[in-house]
Amino acid sequence: MSVITTPNGYNLDNSGQRVVIDPVTRIEGHMRCEVNVDSNNVITNAVSTGTMWRGLEVILKGRDPRDAWAFVERICGVCTGCHALTSVRAVEDALDIQIPKNAFLIREMMAKTLQVHDHVVHFYHLHALDWVNPVNALKADPKATSKLQQLTGPNHPLSSPGYFRDVQTRIRKFIESGQLGPFKNGYWDNPAYKLPPEADLMAVAHYLEALDLQKEFVKVHTVFGGKNPHPNYLVGGVPCAINMDGDMSAGAPLNMERLNFVKARIDEMKAFNDNVYIPDVLAIASFYKKQLWGGGLGAKSVMDYGAYPTVNYDKSTDQLPGGVILDDNWDNVMEIDPRDPEQVQEFVNHSWYKYPDENKGLHPWDGITEPNYELGPDTKGTRTNIQEIDENAKYSWIKAPRWRGHAVEVGPLSRYTLAYAQGSKYVQEQVHRSVAAFNALAGTDLDAKPILQSTIGRTLARALESQYCGDMLVDDWNSLIGNIKAGDTATANMEKWDPATWPKEAKGVGVTAAPRGGLGHWIKIKDGKIENYQCVVPSTWNGSPRDPAGNIGAFEASLMGTPVERADEPVEILRNLHSFDPCLACSTHVMSEEGDEIVSAKVR
Amino acid sequence: MAKIETFYEVMRRQGITRRSFLKYCSLTAASLGLSPAFAPKIAHAMETKPRLPVLWLHGLECTCCSESFIRSAHPLAKDVILSMLSLDYDDTIMAAAGHQAESIIEETIKKYDGEFLLAVEGNAPLNQDGMSMIIAGKPFSEQLNHVSKHCKAIISWGSCASWGCVQAASPNPTKAVPTHNHPGIANKPIIKVPGCPPIAEVMTAVIAYMITFEKIPELDRQGRPKMFYSQRIHDKCYRRPHFDAGQFVEEYDDEYARKGYCLYKVGCKGPTTYNACSTIRWNEGTSFPIQAGHGCIGCSEDGFWDKGSFYDRLSGIHQFGVESNADEVGGTAAAIVGGAVAVHAAASAIQRATRKSDGQGE
Repeated sequence: MSVITTPNGYNLDNSGQRVVIDPVTRIEGHMRCEVNVDSNNVITNAVSTGTMWRGLEVILKGRDPRDAWAFVERICGVCTGCHALTSVRAVEDALDIQIPKNAFLIREMMAKTLQVHDHVVHFYHLHALDWVNPVNALKADPKATSKLQQLTGPNHPLSSPGYFRDVQTRIRKFIESGQLGPFKNGYWDNPAYKLPPEADLMAVAHYLEALDLQKEFVKVHTVFGGKNPHPNYLVGGVPCAINMDGDMSAGAPLNMERLNFVKARIDEMKAFNDNVYIPDVLAIASFYKKQLWGGGLGAKSVMDYGAYPTVNYDKSTDQLPGGVILDDNWDNVMEIDPRDPEQVQEFVNHSWYKYPDENKGLHPWDGITEPNYELGPDTKGTRTNIQEIDENAKYSWIKAPRWRGHAVEVGPLSRYTLAYAQGSKYVQEQVHRSVAAFNALAGTDLDAKPILQSTIGRTLARALESQYCGDMLVDDWNSLIGNIKAGDTATANMEKWDPATWPKEAKGVGVTAAPRGGLGHWIKIKDGKIENYQCVVPSTWNGSPRDPAGNIGAFEASLMGTPVERADEPVEILRNLHSFDPCLACSTHVMSEEGDEIVSAKVR
Repeated sequence: MAKIETFYEVMRRQGITRRSFLKYCSLTAASLGLSPAFAPKIAHAMETKPRLPVLWLHGLECTCCSESFIRSAHPLAKDVILSMLSLDYDDTIMAAAGHQAESIIEETIKKYDGEFLLAVEGNAPLNQDGMSMIIAGKPFSEQLNHVSKHCKAIISWGSCASWGCVQAASPNPTKAVPTHNHPGIANKPIIKVPGCPPIAEVMTAVIAYMITFEKIPELDRQGRPKMFYSQRIHDKCYRRPHFDAGQFVEEYDDEYARKGYCLYKVGCKGPTTYNACSTIRWNEGTSFPIQAGHGCIGCSEDGFWDKGSFYDRLSGIHQFGVESNADEVGGTAAAIVGGAVAVHAAASAIQRATRKSDGQGE
């Protein structure tokens, strides 16, 4: 091929130099990316490959639906808990179980804690090194860094020149040792890095502060779920019983001391969001004002199921309302129904799976996943040593989910686009405030769209969502206290715990705003056991390969047209991919009811 | 081999005061369950022992082990990464990608052949020609075997690397195998640190112990450090008196759940699970699953996914005489992993030799 125009409007040209990045690092799981660049070093073709597959759904078949949360929780230890939450929701939906208000609020607090934790760790520990150059931080004047800190985040207490000098000293000695550890072989002389040294030093200091603080945030999970990563969940509610002033309250899971402990962690999250995370993202963004590319599908077609209701089971109270926007038409937000067989479908003609008819998609309740690892005729290399992949054939362990046949982007940017378009006051104010701050720092006069619909916009939306979750956490904690004060201490509804109370057959769906986007689990239960279980995961939407119509997915779309400084140093490619916070273990877990027929052990 | 700086030199050079360093040593002693008298010994070791290069490889996994590791409070994850180890390869956090990342493996092997530690998170699948876990266009299996040939010892982080964990649960569609059962893995000592994930401070304490005492910690017959895995959760559970008194939670959120009675009847696997959750606890000692009201699901045990529902009451556990029954369960588990015995025996032999030479040196 030379040039192909996709139905979703991209001109793919694979004639230029091919660049291969495998592994793509600083993500959860494993992925590969290949691009072609033209003579101006602009990306003209992008190929994203999920390089792992674990087959969790076949493992679930025949098991107790009440156990499913623990299995699917292990899809991912980074967005830990969100698959467990989605699973108990799907099982409760199938069995028509309503959970008590306290359980709803505790689950909401766990979900929002995860958002803050995951977004902070993503920005500082997975994404920052795409924007921040730690070697350059050595050239900084700590006084200038202190000034910058006081300008961008005046309420953060760690802001003295002495503090930044200490951090700089530690980093200098680390780098001078020659043993660079995680910074080794970075692209530190690449001109794609734009920050002045004082900003680099500030960001490095916050990299270390965030590493110390993230372990505090997750203690909310430890109180409610016993541990983190992988806190415990329960079908019918939450396992942490409440005992405020009765006998043996001190040994009970939740009492006044435990709830105060949670509140202290919530206050830490809120302070870090407001004083460090948001100011850092805006400060860094302002230095990359000329690099506002990478919007891809985020500038066109976005989706989310909607999340964070103030009243449980009432979608109209969602604080981040869901829906679908196509072709950047914010005036027409369409409803999404995960139960409708015509809406969410998965395709596999470019994935390493087999369907009876690969021109058609399948709804998750009827999903099939049978592995079929094969490479196309234009592959360079061998079956077990791929040099260059053939994207005209099967090329990924990720399936291609589509909404009514459309490729859509999911994630914080999609949720913020949908909330803004549907008139959320909180979100609109947050966006306007950020746009004003960006323009002030960058000396620009841009509207919201060009800032948001870019790589940095995706990263900014994530930070704004973290801030929103921090504020909602305070509301949820207050609601919990209020509800307990009103005399309600119930945390679990055990009426339908016994499988003898269940119908012979049932099916359900659970949806969640996972950190990386809309997450759905679909379950079929028969005779008290799991008959079929399917997860359609955010990074599956975003990382999807092409579909039978030829549409490209969000990762690939975001790379199209992006210029790179040096073709052999993938700074800009990593930056675009990381702006989605890819989670490959999530995206490639899939397996279905027919999967057990294909297991043939071939010991090497 | 290149001269490697000592731990103390590095901390000092990075601007950490001697006083902070000594405080760190006391905390390390405490986290290892040692008396404060050991702190000077740890300080001495860290002043004189070289830093340890580490290659941390990732296979089929959920990355919960890495996430747990960065939760470590003593030592702090940042101190581990900046001062304690030289974490030369770890695709989850490293700046470099693609060939710039992969070249670090060869550089490390060249510079520190036989001297670096291999940390394995996740495991390798054997089906699909190993290509359901690809790294640099090739099966992860190849990378794992290659690096294992050149390392000094292997840490199998978590239940994936130690036992197989969730992807190896029946019917194990990818034929995922734990490190010690991987075809072609080099015959090196393997330290299993199971759990899904392991406790953060257990992970960093195992590393601190190896650096401080220059040997592999004493392992049980399944290859786990005895210091953290020689007790059942039940043995030190704060709800144990309720078990002994016959006071049980009958159903979640009943009046007994609110009083913190024993969770055995709602499926707790504490009586058959060897781990430090009830002693070290989770997230800087904040809590552990039983304290938060859910039974232990046994996540550090081999094959815990295939031992019935997490809510089924353990059979064969009698209220009095629980020890003998639980010991039988432990023995059976050991027999199931018989395939690994040769590797464990080798590890134990090296460990004995290490201890012996240590003794001669003193």
